[in-house]
Amino acid sequence: MLIDIDVVLFYAFAAMTLLGAIFTITRRSAVHSAISLIVSLLGVAGLYLLQQAEFLFAVQIVLYVGGIMVLFLFVIMLVNLDQAAKERQFNRQWLIALAAVLAVAAELAYFLYKGAGEIHIAEAASTAAAALPPALGNTEMVADALFGEYLLPFEVASILLLVAVVGSVVMAKKRI
Amino acid sequence: MHPIGTVHYLALSAALLLIGTVGVLTRRNIVIILMSIELILNAVNLNLIAFGHALHNIDGQIFAIFVITDAVAEAAVGLGILIALFRNKETVLADEIDLLKW
Repeated sequence: MLIDIDVVLFYAFAAMTLLGAIFTITRRSAVHSAISLIVSLLGVAGLYLLQQAEFLFAVQIVLYVGGIMVLFLFVIMLVNLDQAAKERQFNRQWLIALAAVLAVAAELAYFLYKGAGEIHIAEAASTAAAALPPALGNTEMVADALFGEYLLPFEVASILLLVAVVGSVVMAKKRI
Repeated sequence: MHPIGTVHYLALSAALLLIGTVGVLTRRNIVIILMSIELILNAVNLNLIAFGHALHNIDGQIFAIFVITDAVAEAAVGLGILIALFRNKETVLADEIDLLKW
């Protein structure tokens, strides 16, 4: 029996993502959590690549793993977490929280189970409509959409980033 | 029929979302709560990309880029708040910050 390489890669990246996520929320030390989160984010990046989103694969690695996680590690070093690591890690309402999340999980599983057929139909229809391979590469298509149709949201996002930069400096500085 | 369909990605994304929610709701350490929020945002991105791929539409990827921008802004401001909080209250545990609690 021939094993499809896509299937193997999907399950490998999915296992990486989920195990990394579980270790992120269960480790006592914040540094261990951050490293598990990096593993999880790399798994998600691999899944982007499997979905032919090459640009987002690069963005995920450069921005998330290279940017946000370094920011997290810097803050972990700036803030003294030794005291917090010795204390209780989960709060008192953890049982209620877990029950609520399990209820949501049951709901989502039910909807996925019921809706799987519709998704297959939509997929088949759209595959028939777009049978031709795209003429442009992924990055080119993203750029065309981003700087054409989505130019205004793009500029608004840059203002959001400016506000975030100013806000975090104001927040973290001792005296303005 | 491709063996790995959109439903597989949706199930994975739902699982990632639920793990992130458990982290936000049960952990006491604010740094790990912020990391769990990153997990939730990644689950959203995975969902957007899966539907964009299934429907041969580039808009899903554009939205994922905007979600990543939001995640960066949220992490920067959240960690700034955390540093200000640690300077004033000497704690990073979320349930010890109860000034507004009755």
